This record gives sequence, C-alpha cells and structure tokens, in this order.
Amino acid sequence: MKVIAENLTVARGERHIVEKVSFSLDSGEALIVTGENGVGKSTLLRAFCGLLPMVAGEVRVENGPPEASLAELIHFLSAKNAMKDSLTVAENLSFWKEFCRSGYAEPGLDPEQALDTLELAHCLDLPFGYLSTGMKRRAALARLLVVRKPVWVLDEPTSGLDARSVDLFSRMLQTFCEAGGILIAATHLPLGLPGAKSLEMKALTATRANDQMAFE
Amino acid sequence: MTSLFFRELKIAWRSGGGALTGVMFFLAVVTVFPFGIGPDLNTLARIGPAVLWIAALLASLLGLDRLFQLEREDGSLDVLLMQEWPMTLVVGIKCLAHWVVTGLPLVLATPIFGLMLNVPPIGIAAAMLTLLAGTPAITLIGAAGAAVTVSLPRGGLLIAILVLPLVIPVLIFGVTATNGAMFDPDPFTAPFMILCALTLFSAVAGPLAAATMLRHSAD
Repeated sequence: MKVIAENLTVARGERHIVEKVSFSLDSGEALIVTGENGVGKSTLLRAFCGLLPMVAGEVRVENGPPEASLAELIHFLSAKNAMKDSLTVAENLSFWKEFCRSGYAEPGLDPEQALDTLELAHCLDLPFGYLSTGMKRRAALARLLVVRKPVWVLDEPTSGLDARSVDLFSRMLQTFCEAGGILIAATHLPLGLPGAKSLEMKALTATRANDQMAFE
Repeated sequence: MTSLFFRELKIAWRSGGGALTGVMFFLAVVTVFPFGIGPDLNTLARIGPAVLWIAALLASLLGLDRLFQLEREDGSLDVLLMQEWPMTLVVGIKCLAHWVVTGLPLVLATPIFGLMLNVPPIGIAAAMLTLLAGTPAITLIGAAGAAVTVSLPRGGLLIAILVLPLVIPVLIFGVTATNGAMFDPDPFTAPFMILCALTLFSAVAGPLAAATMLRHSAD
C-alpha cells in the first residue's frame, strides 16, 4: 500500500497556509513533520485526512483496499484526545473499538491489552476526566491499538508525556511501522524512528514563494 | 451504531440531569402560567394544550447547543467524521438518543402538568400523543441549527433564533390536533397526520442538513 500526497495547498481564509507540499509513503515508512509553531503542521495533517478542503492538490492511495476511502484507513489523533470525561477509559476505548471497526480495519487489541501496552491498565475503570494530562494522552494513544488501521496521522502525539511514556510510545510506533504501517506525525520531539523521512515546514512569506518546502 | 446510541445515553446520564433540566424547565413554565392568567379553570383548560406545547417546545430547545459542540471540543467529531458510517446516520442516531433523554421525559411528565392546568383526561391523552409525535421533529430540526452553530462558543441563543421559525408549524399542528381532541367540531386526525408528516420530513432533512454542515465546519 502506498499513500501519495501531491501539491497539497491549503488556505485559511484568503491566506495560503500550506503550499505545494508533496510526499509519498510506502508501507512501513514514516514521515516526521517538523517546523515552528503556527507554520501549518496541523493544517497539513487535517487536510491530508480530508477534514479541511484543499485549494489544490490531491491525496490518494495505491494498492489499498479497493472500496475504502482514505479517511477510513486513517487513525487520526489531533491535539485533542477524542475521549469523554464522564465515561471510563474502558468505555471510551470500547466505544471507539466498536465504532471505528469496518470491513477494512481488522479488530485490534482489547482495551485492557491496549492500555497495558502503555502501562495504564490500572486506569481501566476510572472516568477519563479523573486522569492527569499525560495519562489522558496515553489513554488516547491506546485508541490507535484497539482497531487496526494502516495509516496513523498523529498531531503532537507526545504532548504531556513523560520520558518513560515517550519511550513506550516510540516502541509502539516501531512495532507499527515494522508491521507495515504508514505513519505521519507532527512533532517537536525525536520519536526514535530510524529511517523516517522528514518534512520541514517553513512559514510562507507574503510573496508566497513556491519552493519553500524542503523535502528530503 | 448501537454503541453510539448507548454511549450517548451513558454520557447524558452520567453528566447529570440531562433529562431533568428539560423537565424542570417544563415545570417552571407550566407553573407560572396559572399565576399569570388567573385561577379561572375554564380559561386554563382552554389554553392548557397550547401552554403544554409551548413549554415543551422551549424545553426541547434547551440542550441542543451541546449536541455537537461537546464532540467538537474534545476532538471526537473528527474521528466520527472519518469512519465509514455515513454522517447522516451518525447525526440521526445522536438525535434519537438526544430525544430519548430530553424529549421522552417531557412526554411522560405531561399528565402531571396537564392536571395543573385543568386539562381534561382526553386532552392530556391527546397532548401526550401529539408531543410524542411532534417533539422528535423539534430535535431533528434543532440538530441542523446545532450543526450551524457548532463552532460558536455561545451558540445556544442563536440556535433558538434559527430553529424557532422552522418549528412553528410543528407547534401549530400539535396544538390544533390537541384542541381537536378536546373540543368537538374541531378535527383531530387531519392536523395530527400533518404533524406526523412534519416529523417524518424533518427526520430526512434535519440529519442531512446537519451532516453537511458538520463536514464543512471542521477546521
């Protein structure tokens, strides 16, 4: 499976935030998006997931499941956790496990096992709202494990995590990529992924220079 | 999809008083009416169905602003939008759950409040039946309003202003049908059928409009 983004251009209002960004990722490859605050990392990720309209460019999948739309193949984790404070962690995860399951996504781990991977199994029956910031983030990361999807798009996945959890998480990412997963992450911390591609975004000037995206 | 329905019920139940807020508001409106109108029992019985309907209408508008706003605030809306389920269906299920939590209690509380307004038993039965058929329309049309204002931090009042003109037909036919059951020459069946038709129509148009709005509000 291969994910290709070509000439992505995204505007907020009149202003182009992301201009002509292209990348392609094969199974098992990772792309780390870096850049200063406000440079358009989140905008790029949201547009990639189809949550923001693009001015130009396209995102497509090659050799993927024939009837699935790209959005269905993606696990998207934004800066927000997508969990309900009043439900327990287990209830939150079971709900997403049920709801995100589709013909293309294989069932993943049980909520308990997923939390165990992130060393959070003891919080299974606590309301999500009782957890600390870092624990909330870990519980949100466990959502990626309860349903298997081939593409992960993560926006600042490590925000609020302590060093030990970052370690756990980067091991989780390695396992995912080794199993053929495609990862796109916007982050400021190194995620410990050898061989990951990187995309450094720079602020667009008012003149809208075209070739400002460095891509290696 | 059943998991979404039960999740909504659980959230409403846990976050406290989703059902009770509406019923309490209903109670507040209905109780102040006799004080304002005066204790004449015949007048109260004459306007009773209208009071019940107006109170139920306002009470159903109460929690609507939170319908999609909470999902948006905690990021769940993105995940809901990206699955293979059609968003129209997701909105429909959310409306159903919202109605079970806020609309159904109003219907069940109607007999008690009807007694306070001296509405005769046949009128109470008719009010319950028309509210049962009509309040889903308010939730479904309201969902479209809630989707429009999803990104506004204080959208509650705006929803009421957007939605009220659209639900006035529901109010008219609900009250007409209830009066028809109570006062002899007036018909009951015809306005009741139109009320049912309004609900069925909004069951299609409401979720469709709301889903479109939500897709385009995601930024």
